[in-house]
Amino acid sequence: MPRPRTTRILRALALLAAALISLPAWANPEHPVPWQLNLTRGASGLSHDVWDLHMAVFWVCVGIGVVVYGALVFALFKFRKSKGAQPDTRLTHHTVLEVVWTTIPVLILIGLAYPASRLLVYENDTNGSQLTVKVTGIQWMWRYDYISYLGRPVDKVGFVSKLAEDSNVARQEDGGVSPWSVVSKHGVHDYLLDVTHPLVVPTHTKIQFLITAADVIHGFWVPALGWQADAIPGQIHDAWGKFDKPGTYRGQCAQLCGQDHAYMPIVIKAVPRAEFQQWLADQQSRTRIDRIARTAQVGAAAVPQG
Amino acid sequence: MSTHAATHDDAHHDDAPKGFVHRWLFATNHKDIGTMYLVFALVMFFVGGSMAMVIRAELFEPGLQLVQPYFFNELTTLHGLVMIFGAIMPALVGLANWQIPLMIGAPDMALPRMNNLSFWLLPFAFLLMLSTLFLPGGAVAGGWVMYPPLVLQSGESLAFTIFAIHLMGISSIMGSINIIATILNLRAPGVDLLKMPLFVWSWLITAFLLIAIMPVLAGAVTMLLTDKYFGTNFFNAAGGGDVLLYEHIFWFFGHPEVYVMILPAFGVISEVIPTFARKPLFGYKPMVYAIASIAFLSFIVWAHHMFTVGLPVGAQLFFMYATMLIAVPTGVKVFNWVATMWKGSITFETPMLFAVSFVILFTIGGFSGLMLGLVPADYQYHNSYFVVAHFHYVLVTGAAFGIMTGVYYWLPKWTGHMYSEKLGKWHFWLSVISVNVLFFPQHFLGLAGMPRRIPDYNVAFADWNMVSSIGGFVFGATQLLFVANIIYTVYFAKARAPARVWEGARGLEWELPSPPPHHSYSTPPEIRPGMLAHEDAH
Repeated sequence: MPRPRTTRILRALALLAAALISLPAWANPEHPVPWQLNLTRGASGLSHDVWDLHMAVFWVCVGIGVVVYGALVFALFKFRKSKGAQPDTRLTHHTVLEVVWTTIPVLILIGLAYPASRLLVYENDTNGSQLTVKVTGIQWMWRYDYISYLGRPVDKVGFVSKLAEDSNVARQEDGGVSPWSVVSKHGVHDYLLDVTHPLVVPTHTKIQFLITAADVIHGFWVPALGWQADAIPGQIHDAWGKFDKPGTYRGQCAQLCGQDHAYMPIVIKAVPRAEFQQWLADQQSRTRIDRIARTAQVGAAAVPQG
Repeated sequence: MSTHAATHDDAHHDDAPKGFVHRWLFATNHKDIGTMYLVFALVMFFVGGSMAMVIRAELFEPGLQLVQPYFFNELTTLHGLVMIFGAIMPALVGLANWQIPLMIGAPDMALPRMNNLSFWLLPFAFLLMLSTLFLPGGAVAGGWVMYPPLVLQSGESLAFTIFAIHLMGISSIMGSINIIATILNLRAPGVDLLKMPLFVWSWLITAFLLIAIMPVLAGAVTMLLTDKYFGTNFFNAAGGGDVLLYEHIFWFFGHPEVYVMILPAFGVISEVIPTFARKPLFGYKPMVYAIASIAFLSFIVWAHHMFTVGLPVGAQLFFMYATMLIAVPTGVKVFNWVATMWKGSITFETPMLFAVSFVILFTIGGFSGLMLGLVPADYQYHNSYFVVAHFHYVLVTGAAFGIMTGVYYWLPKWTGHMYSEKLGKWHFWLSVISVNVLFFPQHFLGLAGMPRRIPDYNVAFADWNMVSSIGGFVFGATQLLFVANIIYTVYFAKARAPARVWEGARGLEWELPSPPPHHSYSTPPEIRPGMLAHEDAH
C-alpha cells in the first residue's frame, strides 16, 4: 500500500477520534441542538455522574467492538477461499478458550455493575431535599404543586403547564405556520418545547419530585436532570434533581399517553435562590388575593336578588 | 439412499393433493404448511413495512403533513403487532416447518392436522386485527404493549384486537407443541439430541419458551377485556387495582418473547456460517448451553423494561445484574461464530453475506442492550429513540436478517432452483447500507432527547430524522428485490440446484434431492458417517 494513502487514512481516523472525544461539546444541557450526537451532561453533579457512566459503558462497548470486529474482519480477509485458504476442520472446540471468553466478560460486567449500583442507590435517595414539588401528568398537560420549601409547607401554589400558544398554532396540519418560525425570546428554536407556565425552581437546591398521573401513564423526562420517571395513576414516584446553573431546561413526556403525547412538553426554569424566594412569595400572596376575591364573589352571589 | 430418493424426484409432484382447497386449505404436509407460513409472513412484512413507511414519511420533517396524531399512534401500534406476530414469528415457524423434519430425518411434523390449524388461525387473526382500522374510533392506539389505562380508552377495536391476540397465542402454543413433539419423538435413529443441528436446538428451546409465555399474555389481555367490559378493576387504581400489575405480567411474557424472535435466528446463523466457512461449527455444546442459558435468564429480567416506574432499589439492582448476565451467553455465541470462521475457507454467497452482517449488526444491538441494562443510564435512554434504535438493530438486522439468511440458504433446496446471486447481492448491499442509515441516527436522536412514538418534534431533531427517513425509504424499496428474487427462483429460474446446494453444507437435508419429494423420509434414513454435521461434537 502506498504511503500517502496510509497517512490519509490515519489522518481521517485521528479526525474521527477527535470528533468523538469532543462529543459533549455538541450537546447543550438546556435543549437539543441540530445534529446532536450525544447525551447532554446535564445540569448537576447527579446528571454528570449519569453521563460519566453512559460514556464508560460506551467506551467499554467500543473496546469490545474493536476486538471482536477486528478478529471478524481479519478472518473475513485472511481465510477466504479465493485466496486459497484451506479449512482447518479439526478446529472445532477449545475448552480453555470457552472458559476465557466466558470469564472475561463477567469481569468486565462486574467492573460496570459496581459504579452503576453506587450511582443507582445515590440517585434513589431523596433524603435531605429542600424543595418538594408534586408533578401530575394529565392528558395532555402537566400540573405542578409546590408542597414545601426549606421545611415549611407552601400555601396553595400550583398551576397547569400546557404547550405554548405559538407552538400550538404551528403544529396544526394546515395552519400555514412553519415549525422553524417558533423562536423564544433568547433565540432558541423551542417548537413543541415551550409551555405556558414553566416549573420555577431554585438553583443549588436538592429538589424532590413526587410524580404521579391523573388519567393514564405519562413520563416525566428532562434530560438535564439526568433521569426520567414514569407518572403512574395511583402511584407516587419519588425522585430528586438539582440545577447548578440558572437556565431554561426543556424536556418532554416520554410515555405514550394518547393523541397529544407529542404536545405536552416540560420546561423547568431554574433561577437563583433569592429570585425563587421572591417568586414563591408573589405566588403565595396572589393565591391569597384570589381567595379573598372568590369569597367576596360567593358572598355577593349569596345575596338574594330583587 | 440418495439414489433411492432420486427415483422419487420425478414422481413427487404426483404425491401432492390436487386442487387448491385440498392442497392448501386442508394441508397437512409440513412443506406446504411451511410455505404458507413463509408467504403469509412475507405479506405481513410488507403490511407492517408500509405502516413504517407512512411513519417515516410523517417524521421526514417537523410539523404535521400526512396523518393525524391519533392515526399515527394506530400505525405505531399495528406496525409493532404486525411485525412481531405476523412477520417475524410466522416466518420462523415457517422455517421450522420446512426444516426440522428434513434435518432430523422425520417424515413430517408429529401432529399434521394441528399444524394445519396452527397456520389457518393466523390469517383470520390478522384479518380481525387489521379490520379494526376501519372500525369507528379506529384501531387500538396504545402501543403494541397495550398499557392500561390508555388502551382502555380505545373503542370497540380493543375487543377485536384481544380476540386476535388470543387466536395468535393459540396458534403459537399449538405450533410449539408440534415442534417439541416432532423433535423429541420423530428423530431418525442415530440423530441424538446432542447431534441435532443448532437450528433444531434453537427451536426446541424456543418452543418451550412459547408454551410458557403465551398463556401469560392471554391472561394479561383477558384482564384488560374484563376491565373494559365487565367492570373489574385489575388495573384501575381508583378501584383498588394496580396499573403496574399489567406491566409486570406483560413483560413476563414480553421479555422471553424477544428471545422467541432471536433464538431461531441464532440457529439459522449457526447453520450458515459453518457451511460457507467450510468448517464445522466451533464449540457446538457451548452454543447449545448458551441458548439454554439465554432462555433461562429471559424469565428473570422482565423488569428491565420498567426501570423508570419507580421499583424498589433492591429490585432494580437485581434486574440490572440479571440483565447484564445475558451479555455473557450472547457473547459466547458471537465469539464462537467468529471462531467458526477462523481458519476456514470462506466464500460470500448471499446467505453468508447476510449471516456476517447479522453477526456485526446484531452485536450493535447487543451493545446498546448492555447500555440500556445499566439502570442509571437507562433512566436517560428509556422511552427515547435510543430504545427504538436498539430493538430495531436486534429485530431487523437480527431476526429479519436471520430469516433472510435462512430463506436464501434453503430456497434452492425447497424449490430445486438457484436464486439469482446477482439480485441477491444487490438486495444485500442495498439493505445493509440503508438499514444503517435508517437506524443508526436514531441512537443520536434518542440521546439528544427525542421520545419515541411522537408524530412531530422540535426542529433540532429535524436533520437526523430526515436522514433516517431516507434510509427507511431505500430499505423499504429494496425489499421488493427480495420478493423479485423469490418469484424468479420459484417460477423462472433455469439453473437446477443439486442435492448438496452448497459445497460446505453438512446435514440430513442436503442428502435429499432439491426439491425434496413431497413426502420425504417415509422410512427413517440410515445415518452413515459424514451425514450429520455434528456427529462427534464437543
